Amino acid sequence: MECSEVIVMAPQNLKVEVISEGTVIDHIPRGNWLKVVEILGLTESNSGTLLIASNVPSKKLGRKDIVKIEGRHLTEEEVNKIALIAPKATVNIVEDYRIVEKFTVEVPDFVEGILRCPNPRCVSNHEAVSPKFHVVSRDPLKLRCHYCERTVEGDDILKNL
Amino acid sequence: MRRACMDKTDWIGRDVVSMRDFSKEDIEFVLDVAEALEDELRKKGSLDYARGKILATLFYEPSTRTRLSFESAMHRLGGSVIGFSSASSSSVKKGESLADTIRTVERYSDVIVLRHPLDGAARLAAEVASVPVINAGDGSNQHPTQTLLDLYTIRRAFGRIDRLTIGLLGDLKYGRTVHSLAEALAFYDVELYLISPEILRMPRHIVEELREMGVEVHESTNLEETVPKLDLLYVTRIQRERFPDEEEYMKVRGSYQVNATVLRNAKESLKVMHPLPRVDEIHPEVDGTGHALYFDQVFSGIPVRMALLGLTLGVL
Repeated sequence: MECSEVIVMAPQNLKVEVISEGTVIDHIPRGNWLKVVEILGLTESNSGTLLIASNVPSKKLGRKDIVKIEGRHLTEEEVNKIALIAPKATVNIVEDYRIVEKFTVEVPDFVEGILRCPNPRCVSNHEAVSPKFHVVSRDPLKLRCHYCERTVEGDDILKNL
Repeated sequence: MRRACMDKTDWIGRDVVSMRDFSKEDIEFVLDVAEALEDELRKKGSLDYARGKILATLFYEPSTRTRLSFESAMHRLGGSVIGFSSASSSSVKKGESLADTIRTVERYSDVIVLRHPLDGAARLAAEVASVPVINAGDGSNQHPTQTLLDLYTIRRAFGRIDRLTIGLLGDLKYGRTVHSLAEALAFYDVELYLISPEILRMPRHIVEELREMGVEVHESTNLEETVPKLDLLYVTRIQRERFPDEEEYMKVRGSYQVNATVLRNAKESLKVMHPLPRVDEIHPEVDGTGHALYFDQVFSGIPVRMALLGLTLGVL
């Protein structure tokens, strides 16, 4: 991983590290912050400072991760890519230390290029083709491979991201 | 995903990849066209709707019956056929991707029939090709023309698909033919008996889906007890190659055989179907009885595939 700067903080330091400008992704299930960062392509050297809080107590989730991206405003479309691993995530856009926009992640109807098909006999694992899935259920999350039609759910989704 | 194509012009260039893409109206439409073609074929002997058209049959794994059935259907329509019947004789041996083979073959032909060992291969081929692609089996996933010919056989034999009590027997866990057939039957007013050894029961998600669609589903391990209730018994082979381990296969092989003893309490009108080839699931003594429908079922492949070829080519 080539992060320009990754600061993993203890939860008690959270208030100190408020960002002045950028995006805060909250309510990421505990342990998934790295996958979020990877899916959003924030591992490039030009993606700005990332502030990560992991294992933070949460009323909604018990424990959660938070990712703050300094100096970059993510769009709803960009953030929806993380819906498969953080379906309850909330996104805050910060300008001049104030939240100017707030939205929740939405699981799209169709996802492409985010996870591999767990079926080893699926053509998408053998040919140069981007894996695609239809979302058949949001809660619990269930996907169906566009090619082999196999249903993917639960841990199989996380394992194949 | 399902869209109804009730007009012949809607079918031109359409791919036939999965039964999931078919509505009940689509199924009925194909069966109607097949029936009209069968009647016309019986009257005239041969037809010439597809004269000048070329079918490419790309069989990456052997399936003599399916390939011959498609080729016969195309010849009966007056068209021509090119193709290969095993991966060893094709460019795949030289390492060519499926996508490249399809892009090449579509320039030689007007319609492509594909049989491939990988799940989802037909969907990929259909995305790449500008000519229609018909799936003749993609790994353990779909074989839609088998399902359509099964439905056609039932409708021809009973004059309807509704109000029938149907038993599905054999490998209900791994058998893609029965999964696909059961899901298509769910469009109709049928009662289903799923008969299999305990370890080869129909996957839960399919049973739930059938029930959600309003089908009355019963599960049983006892064939003799169930047979008297049935109008139709659909028998499948327990396929060794689908089992992850040999031991599991050895436990269940030869679990059931449909023979005169099993059928002694059957309704006189009971029909027995089988996608063939059979091993020992149906005793040859059944062949000569009024119950045997499996050889008519083989013939059904011709009008159904003629209909699909003709519709997707836009020549009917």
